[in-house]
Amino acid sequence: MTESVTRPVPSKVAYSDVEVGTELPAQSFPVDRATLVRYAGASGDFNPIHWNEKFAKEVGLPDVIAHGMFTMAEAIRVVTDWTGDPGSVVEYGVRFTRPVVVPNDDRGAVIEVSGKVAAKLDDNTVRVDLLATSAGQKVLGMSRAVVRLA
Amino acid sequence: MALDQSFVGRSYPPTAPYEVGREKIREFAEAVGDANPAYTDPEAAKALGHPDVIAPPTFVFSITFKAASQVIADPQLGLDYSRVVHGDQKFAYVRPVRAGDRLTVTSTIEAVKSMAGNDILDVRGEVHDEAGERVVTAWTKLVARAAEEA
Repeated sequence: MTESVTRPVPSKVAYSDVEVGTELPAQSFPVDRATLVRYAGASGDFNPIHWNEKFAKEVGLPDVIAHGMFTMAEAIRVVTDWTGDPGSVVEYGVRFTRPVVVPNDDRGAVIEVSGKVAAKLDDNTVRVDLLATSAGQKVLGMSRAVVRLA
Repeated sequence: MALDQSFVGRSYPPTAPYEVGREKIREFAEAVGDANPAYTDPEAAKALGHPDVIAPPTFVFSITFKAASQVIADPQLGLDYSRVVHGDQKFAYVRPVRAGDRLTVTSTIEAVKSMAGNDILDVRGEVHDEAGERVVTAWTKLVARAAEEA
């Protein structure tokens, strides 16, 4: 069984142009209750802690919280918007350290994501370390992606 | 409640194929607010070297988590799902998931631990396409929080 097919990945970013410490453009991702309902439908995760305030509080949460997988989906956009090709992502992992609390007001919450190149690896790949915060607190830990560059 | 340690190393039979549709990918990309044309425009995806539109990196979680649910729901394991939170998530990609894929998932329990009253379960999902080629591997850590003292 062949494990992998080599194919061109026309990343917008060249391996030779990045160094350890190169910063990726940071982004802010707004999230409100409607965002969470929509994500629930698209992902099939209907856990009521993501849309039912009464239920969330009964299980000890401060309010409705965003799906961890929603936050994970937003954080990698800093990488995929940087390379242009989402297929450039070779590995991606996070730890869900703190929930993104989404109040039922006119503003909701914002997830702020920044990233920088932490290591240059073999085969034109780099490791990007991501920092994701909401309301000034880190919401993802060990948030890392390995990305293939041009 | 300690989990049944005999589950470590246990693998479950492959799931029935999940057929990845263009419109499901579009729905997911819109739900996370990601306008990358590789998710919705087959020509844009082809320009990046993909045969059809590709899915955002975390899209496949919906498929692997559904497969893992058969593990989680096994009463013999003894996991209290009402107290489960998502601890860690990681993916390793051979290639991006794309429209037209018919994907099966084989779930394996990698670890079962109890720490400070919390039950911790590590499940690996190997995702293969119709040709039997591995597409992505997903690692999911679930934590059942210790029940509060009455």
